[in-house]
Amino acid sequence: MKLCIIGGLLINPKTNIEEVTDIWIEDGKIIDIGENNQCVADQIIDATGKWVVPGLIDIHVHLREPGFEHKEDIKSGCAAAAKGGFTTICCMPNTNPVIDNECVVEYIHAMAAKANGVHVLPVGAITKGQDGESLANIGKMVEHGICGISEDGKSVMDAGLMKKAMQYVKPFNIPIFSHTEDHSLAGGSMNAGENAQLFGIKGIGREAEEVIVARDIILAKYTGAKLHLAHMSTKGSIDLIRTAKMQGIEITAETAPHYFTLDDSILGDYDTNKKMNPPLRTKEDVEAMKMALKEGIIDVIATDHAPHHYDEKNVEFDKAPFGIVGLETSFALSYTHLVKTNILTALELIDKMSAKPAKILGIDKGSIEVGKAADITIIDIERVYNIDPATFVSKGKNTPFTGMTVYGEISYTLVNGNIIYQK
Amino acid sequence: MLHKKDLLGIRDLEVSEMMSIIELAKDMKPIVLGSGSRLDLLKNKSIITLFYENSTRTRLAFTMAGMYLGANVVDLGIATSSVQKGETLADTGITLDRMGIEYMIIRHSMSGAAHLLAKNVNASVINAGDGANEHPTQALLDLYTIYEKKGSFKGLHVTIVGDIAHSRVARSDIFGLVKLGAHVTLAGPGTLTAKSMEMLGCEVTTDMKAAVKNADVVMALRIQLERQKGGLFPNTREYSQLYGLNEETFAYASKDAILMHPAPVNRGVELMPELIDSCVSVIDEQVTNGVAVRMAILSLLSERRTRI
Repeated sequence: MKLCIIGGLLINPKTNIEEVTDIWIEDGKIIDIGENNQCVADQIIDATGKWVVPGLIDIHVHLREPGFEHKEDIKSGCAAAAKGGFTTICCMPNTNPVIDNECVVEYIHAMAAKANGVHVLPVGAITKGQDGESLANIGKMVEHGICGISEDGKSVMDAGLMKKAMQYVKPFNIPIFSHTEDHSLAGGSMNAGENAQLFGIKGIGREAEEVIVARDIILAKYTGAKLHLAHMSTKGSIDLIRTAKMQGIEITAETAPHYFTLDDSILGDYDTNKKMNPPLRTKEDVEAMKMALKEGIIDVIATDHAPHHYDEKNVEFDKAPFGIVGLETSFALSYTHLVKTNILTALELIDKMSAKPAKILGIDKGSIEVGKAADITIIDIERVYNIDPATFVSKGKNTPFTGMTVYGEISYTLVNGNIIYQK
Repeated sequence: MLHKKDLLGIRDLEVSEMMSIIELAKDMKPIVLGSGSRLDLLKNKSIITLFYENSTRTRLAFTMAGMYLGANVVDLGIATSSVQKGETLADTGITLDRMGIEYMIIRHSMSGAAHLLAKNVNASVINAGDGANEHPTQALLDLYTIYEKKGSFKGLHVTIVGDIAHSRVARSDIFGLVKLGAHVTLAGPGTLTAKSMEMLGCEVTTDMKAAVKNADVVMALRIQLERQKGGLFPNTREYSQLYGLNEETFAYASKDAILMHPAPVNRGVELMPELIDSCVSVIDEQVTNGVAVRMAILSLLSERRTRI
């Protein structure tokens, strides 16, 4: 069975190619790129006028299973991923039980195997039960296929333990993700500053993030661990990362679409779907984030997809859980706000949403080349529409983007040559 | 005339809305004082008070206001209600809505709680204080009192002293006074004032005497011991000596300045007893005006409900 994607604009950052061409797929692999008169296709996808890109990779997703299946489960999360153009997603360990041993890792593999085919790469916890006190079974989890370790949802507050984690994980050659939030400085519900003042909501200062960014950069410098800084939200963090990169410290960093599209001035209606951690910052931070993406200070766009049940969000602002969904809006928001506005080129955007995440994870994905697995996303970039949570296939409808006009809709998502999503 | 179904904050109230409340409160005041006959504007209507935090003045002012207008007023005793079984605010609101209650008065410890309730019910929601955000009806009674004593807001110097950072009263007063053209100065210890409050259109200082100097209105705020995690000032003795308002400080104010306080007062902490009980104080009159203002608000919301 041969599948051919014809006439699309191939955008492949790894090989620096941006051209209209055909892609031939057989037995789950890419067998040829370009016009091929010898081959006869069994199935043709006409991608004329569309982008054909390596399957998107989201390095930061909460699938909520096991433990919180009312918010999301692996099946619904994978469906949302496919609809958003993602072929590989990394799921965070703050489940119940926590992903802190190989049994839970295997459970996730088993559930993912029953889903739609999206590659689910579990992220293991740094400490047992995410209690911040002793190291989780990192080595055993690596044997069973974790792609990194993270304490996501909180920081490892004990700097000594964080250093040990970096030293311990280094030989396994997987990244350590840092959720940068100093708990003693946090405790509010939105960004501290003028708008928190205006709306009477207790603020979370930017220092809560930046203190840990600085700490973990220093620890990475001395341990040589592959540090990846999750969900960067402030200009101050960017300045710290820039300095670190200039010194040659090998760290990477991500931000999420909401941090380069929204600011804290929109919280005046106390809509809990605009509450996430770190919180929306100021216009100045939004601009800094865009520039950081352009300069390459920020390596990756991740979603921090954090589904919650409607009931959990329909409560007092301070009481509502942090987090918004992102899988089904990430590409359109990024394309609309970064490429349409000439901040990033098409190649740069796909680099940050596919090639670079693959590189950080050290996986053989994120590139459309002959011989590689056919994880491919086809996108209708001309399509204009308003974001409507009622159309989401994720169980979570908690988005701050309702009604926003965006460009770009996923037409097809292919994993190992199989069409797992079609518009 | 009020434009919205609910009264949630002064931040989103227009000057014309504030003035119509103040004007109507003036007409209502004789009823509170016993010299006018009660009305039946809200006859056959039901009002409920939902107080997730303690209150004497605000809750009873609403209760009396409703009764003077002919409404049935009930209180949801939070301590003995299903709230204790974990019922959410939204579900409680929907339940009350389905009983035909048209006015819900809510006080809650979290900012935005009144907005959440308003989103979930058809009833008109009045915010009686939400966290550190707003206390709009207190501000309106303060504004009415100032208007009654001073006749106008333009160019008036109003100084608010004390625990500004935790005060929803201060925030609502600032929003209202700034919109109406008054000059507002805030003063208190560094940990209870925030320079960032200047973006609300006022001045912020830690110098009490400078703040009070030439003020037409001096408003003291209660130290909210219940809202403090501690450590914001050494103790009440030091606070009262450095930041408490006494006759000596008040003497810096303009000749016919008035003294206000939303009450209850921590006597001898933020205000010295000799000042509370002196003729410059309008604290007791604020209480009467509080009922009149709430009558005006209920009347205008009812007028709006019939209009739609």
